[in-house]
Amino acid sequence: MHADAASSAAAVAASGHAGAARAHHFDSPVQQREAATLGMWVFLVTEIMFFGGLFLAYVIYRSTFPHAFAAASHELDIVLGTTNTAVLIASSLTMALAVRSAQLGRRLSVILCLILTMALGAVFLGIKAYEYHHKFVEGLVPGAGFHFPGPEAPHAAMFFCLYFGLTGLHALHMIVGEGVLTVMLVMGAKGRFGPQYHNPIECAGLYWHFVDIVWIFLFPLLYLIGRHG
Amino acid sequence: MKLRVSEAHVVPVGVYIAVFLALLALTAATTAAAFHDLGPLNNVVALGIAVLKATLVVLFFMHVRYGTRLIPLVVAAGLFWLVILIALSLTDYWTRGWLGVPGR
Repeated sequence: MHADAASSAAAVAASGHAGAARAHHFDSPVQQREAATLGMWVFLVTEIMFFGGLFLAYVIYRSTFPHAFAAASHELDIVLGTTNTAVLIASSLTMALAVRSAQLGRRLSVILCLILTMALGAVFLGIKAYEYHHKFVEGLVPGAGFHFPGPEAPHAAMFFCLYFGLTGLHALHMIVGEGVLTVMLVMGAKGRFGPQYHNPIECAGLYWHFVDIVWIFLFPLLYLIGRHG
Repeated sequence: MKLRVSEAHVVPVGVYIAVFLALLALTAATTAAAFHDLGPLNNVVALGIAVLKATLVVLFFMHVRYGTRLIPLVVAAGLFWLVILIALSLTDYWTRGWLGVPGR
């Protein structure tokens, strides 16, 4: 926490509840929780703007080169994309259950749900790595080795630039999320979370769900355009 | 000092499971819709379902439905800026071909 160890320990002692660490500058656990949640949301809003710029670039280039984008999108594996969407949604469910277990002070359940969430996140990253490898072998990575049939190759390269930029940035967020969840796992195993104090895992959950939402938009925009054509 | 004891709203497991199943169903729906030629409606359906899924995640998984009123306000303000970013940029890019520019 932000407070020094002594005052944190005092807060725990005063509340008489294990895992109820209240920093001295907050009047109550409720106020502390609301401040933490609000701060996390302000951070997530900056993340919305961060990804928003790339989404805007996507909208502009796709509306400029609609046919090249549809053709390039066909090169993506829709089965792997749909599977990864389901995997990420499942990881959001286990994350929500991990936060719920923390709220109830169920230590073993917190540990189990977090391990499941991290495992599902790893499955997502594994499938993503397989897709990247496949694109590299097929010569669909923009650069010297890029091969795309037809006269619209430079515009298809633009699609793949956005594909790797957006999914790469998303994957980076997933990797950061795995690190954050590792910290939560250690805290959970130490029994730091309870009905009054679970702010860290709540904020970690908000981050994880946000990354899920980014993918919810990436999936139709990258994998599903012009599928019927 | 006596601490104010108030525990966070604990959402029933059933609600989380129902949201999870709805998200899976919507994923199946958006993939299935992509294989049908609906003309310009394809984009509307894909984005509409994505917005619906995101709303479910925000309201239930991210507890916006249960927290203080301040959080929905912050989320709405963030989305408002995103709309400004995209809408105002597109008023430029999408209208460039409408009028001839002298000297070009």
